[in-house]
Amino acid sequence: MKTSRMFPDQSAVKARHAVLIAGSQRDRLTTIGVLAGIVGMAVLAIFQLEFSLARLGSGIVQLGTFLGLMVPPSPGTQLYALLKALAETVAIAFLGTLLAAILAFPLGFLAARNTMANTIVRFTTRRFSDSIRGIDTLIWALIWINVVGLGPFAGVLAIMTSDIGSFSKLYSEAIEAVDRKPGEGVISTGGSKLHAIRFGIVPQVMPVLISQTLYYFESNTRSATIIGIVGAGGIGLYLAETIRTYEWDNVAFIILMILGTVALIDLASSRLRMAIVGKRSTEV
Amino acid sequence: MASVIPRLTDAQLKTLSAGYVSEQAAKKRITLIGLAVLAVLCIVAGRVAEVDIAKFLANLPKFTDYFGRLFYLDTGKHVFTDVTEWFWGLGKWTSRLWDTLLIAYLGTLFGAIGGFFLCFAASVNLATGKPQLFFARRFLEFCRTVPEIVFALIFVVAFGLGPVPGVLAIMIHTVGALGKLFAEVVENIDMKPVEGAIASGATRWQVIRYAVVPQVLSNFASYALLRFEINVRGASVMGFVGAGGIGADLIEAIRKFYYSDVSAILLLVIGTVIIIDMVTERIRNQLISTEHSK
Repeated sequence: MKTSRMFPDQSAVKARHAVLIAGSQRDRLTTIGVLAGIVGMAVLAIFQLEFSLARLGSGIVQLGTFLGLMVPPSPGTQLYALLKALAETVAIAFLGTLLAAILAFPLGFLAARNTMANTIVRFTTRRFSDSIRGIDTLIWALIWINVVGLGPFAGVLAIMTSDIGSFSKLYSEAIEAVDRKPGEGVISTGGSKLHAIRFGIVPQVMPVLISQTLYYFESNTRSATIIGIVGAGGIGLYLAETIRTYEWDNVAFIILMILGTVALIDLASSRLRMAIVGKRSTEV
Repeated sequence: MASVIPRLTDAQLKTLSAGYVSEQAAKKRITLIGLAVLAVLCIVAGRVAEVDIAKFLANLPKFTDYFGRLFYLDTGKHVFTDVTEWFWGLGKWTSRLWDTLLIAYLGTLFGAIGGFFLCFAASVNLATGKPQLFFARRFLEFCRTVPEIVFALIFVVAFGLGPVPGVLAIMIHTVGALGKLFAEVVENIDMKPVEGAIASGATRWQVIRYAVVPQVLSNFASYALLRFEINVRGASVMGFVGAGGIGADLIEAIRKFYYSDVSAILLLVIGTVIIIDMVTERIRNQLISTEHSK
């Protein structure tokens, strides 16, 4: 019979590959277990957080109304103020990123295994930057407002603080990934440890550090758009205000402005990164 | 003994070293121009952002003072002398933190599901056509460029106060972020299984299920876990705009100057974030090692 030649006897195949089949069954049980865990957790969360279909439904209807009111986007009467706030936002992101990069530069060396032999210093630096990163930019903004008062300066300091944590981690990873040979070469010609860092490591890591910093500049522009919500300068203040007063056409206009600015900065920073690193990044 | 090291003639050396000097000078010039541009930008940005160094320096003691004061109770005693008084709201805060974790969890889960279904349309090798690719990518871009707290602000108006808008806001942002990362993973797969599945007559979703998913699943899971870490941080501030979780208690404590509460809540948040980071990192390492052992 034709089919039997194409599909050999199932039980014979099963007997021959008993081990493989049993193995795949164990995998299947693990999969079911993991899936059950994920779904169970989700169900628990849905109950705990009081999701209800009625609420979701009415919310979606409301959202639809808002979306309708958003067309056409309009700046209202405050186009000039909005542009000024947007410039402020970009300035906050720029200064915050730059200051963070400058301050995190030495921290990166203190946290890298190949430049800091002392475990205690390294450990302390790492935990320090972990703790800073554990606190969101918005929280830092609130804290800095208590120190320097409301306004964009608090925003600069907030972006700076939260980025110091991220930068010192990224920088230390880049420093740990360098080729050791140039540094050894400097030492072998009689250079000190500092010389080895300056002439053996810095030239290798600089392009990486600059490109990471530029990448963060773009993402910080996004963060800078929201710190205005708590009063730390920038366009966020207007955004929160117009949402709270239901001026949806203004909301849409502000969001479009933000999207445009972020796209522009993304373009500029990827151009610069390409020029500095000399190769195309994978950003699309 | 004659030197065995070959030496260039003086004329050759001269041109070479002149070349070196001019190269170095050109490099230096570019660096200097770059620094000058940076300095000008700094001054302009400083003006716009109302940077006031004098005010900053005058207020800097306040910053350290603020952090110092975080560790004193209302009674004026140091927090470590009375830890139960410091963490007086532990029960309430842990339940809010639990809410925060669940917000991050649900947001990540729904976002990962959304990102999963969109990533194939946004990857060059599996999109059914140019228009699909274009629209999928623009949509994902929109989702991740608008900050999640902006979505949260809008959703709070639409869905009412509470964790629901927080989950939805995190979900949308996660769809955008994970959709892009997933698409990049999909673009790097081996296409032979896909061709095999198509050749045997599989439909689009059968191709994805049997030829793509087995190749990408562990990477997807690893990215989703990384996103979960990020979302826990994001969820901790959702309460600032009324979208649930520990943020509500935190902003109240900061605004009303309940110093010891601020430090207690911050410590709880940082501790939770660090623990989550450690756990997810362990799981991700395991995922990566199973991937390599295949």
